[in-house]
Amino acid sequence: MPIIKFITRRLGLGVVTLFAVSLLIFLVTQAFPSDPAQAILGRETTPESLDALRQELGLYRPAVTQFSDWLIGILHGDFGKSFVTQMQISEYIAPRVGNSLFLMVVGALLSVPLSVAIGAFSALRRDRRFDTISSTTSLILAAIPEFVMGTALILFFSTSIFHVLPAITLIDAGAAPWSDPSGVVLPIFTLVLAVTPYVSRTMRASMVEILESDYVEMARLKGMSERVVLIRHALPNALGPVFQVIALNLAYLAGGTVIVERLFNYPGIGSALADSVRARDLPVIQFLALMIAGVYVLMNLVADVATVLATPRLRTSLK
Amino acid sequence: MRDQIIATTSDRPVGLVRKALKLRRTKIGLSILIGVGLMAIVGPFFAPHTQTEFIDMPNSLNIPGALFGTDYLGQDVWSRFLIGGRSILLLSLGATTLGLIAGISLGLLAALSKGKIDELIMRIFDVILSFPQILLALLLVSMFDASPWLTILSVGLSTTPRVGRVIRGAALSVVERDFVNAAIALGESRFRILFFEVLPNVTGPLLVEANLRFTYSIATIASLAFLGFAPDPSAANWGTMIQENSTVIVIQPWGAVLPVIAIAVLTIGTGLFGDGLARVSAGIDRGKESVEQ
Repeated sequence: MPIIKFITRRLGLGVVTLFAVSLLIFLVTQAFPSDPAQAILGRETTPESLDALRQELGLYRPAVTQFSDWLIGILHGDFGKSFVTQMQISEYIAPRVGNSLFLMVVGALLSVPLSVAIGAFSALRRDRRFDTISSTTSLILAAIPEFVMGTALILFFSTSIFHVLPAITLIDAGAAPWSDPSGVVLPIFTLVLAVTPYVSRTMRASMVEILESDYVEMARLKGMSERVVLIRHALPNALGPVFQVIALNLAYLAGGTVIVERLFNYPGIGSALADSVRARDLPVIQFLALMIAGVYVLMNLVADVATVLATPRLRTSLK
Repeated sequence: MRDQIIATTSDRPVGLVRKALKLRRTKIGLSILIGVGLMAIVGPFFAPHTQTEFIDMPNSLNIPGALFGTDYLGQDVWSRFLIGGRSILLLSLGATTLGLIAGISLGLLAALSKGKIDELIMRIFDVILSFPQILLALLLVSMFDASPWLTILSVGLSTTPRVGRVIRGAALSVVERDFVNAAIALGESRFRILFFEVLPNVTGPLLVEANLRFTYSIATIASLAFLGFAPDPSAANWGTMIQENSTVIVIQPWGAVLPVIAIAVLTIGTGLFGDGLARVSAGIDRGKESVEQ
């Protein structure tokens, strides 16, 4: 089965990448700074507390041992302890993962079908009014950074103009995000606006190309109804490249939420990352970075496999 | 007409920009870029106050001599706005330049070398690409003190593989062509082949990519400032201003509104300009604009 061979090879590559990612995180945060303990505590500190921190971090061990201990710990589910809160990282992160996942999933459920529909419809109505308007709008929206977009949304919906939605989320890290539905509307809206332009532009470009292809023309010439041509022949092939972009954007939702969560004060992994960077909470930073990069690697893997599985052309050409 | 557009790929950059400027979006984009860029660069000279000067009660409007009132610390919003674009713009330019130089060199090297070196470079790119741009920057500022150089380095580093992949992709077909083989046979140095034989033939995709990377560098660097990791947290900076003043947006909106508009307009400008370039360079989606004009 060529497909299984392809997936195994891709999985292996993913594992190697993930290992290299963890090495890079370790190098940047723990090995390259001449003294992480000094970086964490700042200049005004005593030799005793520096020494205590070095002991706690295990900085007196050889670098290779530090790295392997950290990685093996994570593989065993031992993520370490936060400096600042002294909590187990797993305890600190678990509710936040759920919260971020909620934003991510709802954002994706709204933006993916929306952008596929907009992109496909634009391609069908190529150069007509709908296409011109949606292409220009998505071009403009794609350029604006999320925090600028989010602040603009706050201005529109939470202050002077319409006072309908709260500007920040007022939920604890432990509470379920849906316990404050109005508080999650703007964060989700911001994410949807950030993701939709990319996916719809890719979908449009891909669909335009497919609609001009020989096999779509062939299907039409055979006298198939336009509906069958679109749904059976054009859409599945057009979705291939879109999977890549969808996956990248889902991965973006995992990491890019750092901005949106900070802006709306939403208790997820993104705001946890910003907090831990500000407090130089090394173990938390390392773990979150690894987790977010891990989601990225995983999403890319899923995208590659999904593309091959979904695209009839590619599936048959696998060796 | 369409063939003509696709054939422009190997044009010199100047010709490409000139062609792109026939499109309305490119004109609008370039005007915005020049306008906002000029304002950010010369703005500081026109600021009536210094960036950290206390001029009146915090968060007040209607102050004589302060067009947009004071911010959360009683500093002049208008002055800080005029000053706060320069560092974002310069840091973004620096980061983009660094990312371009590194990305072009590695991308061309990968395309020409093929085999093991190509594979190695691409796998290293994959590793860096596993980090969202903002995450890589956050990782670096988490353990090293924030400075302009660190910002340029971290954003430039995350830009490198993105540029490198595009350049490699574009160069792959170029290195197969006869004049490259001829150059190799003549014993030209690898450096000469890469930068004088191959590079001039990928300027189209390069220009498009450069512009795209500049847009993202602006977004990443402004976002870093928004998160509180500007090189100098007390200095005026559009990103920092949005963060500082968004909590008081109801009583004194200008402190956040002005920089929001500036960043949005600037990035829309680079976006429009880049889209124009992309259309001309590759006839990317062959919309009406590129065919008719």
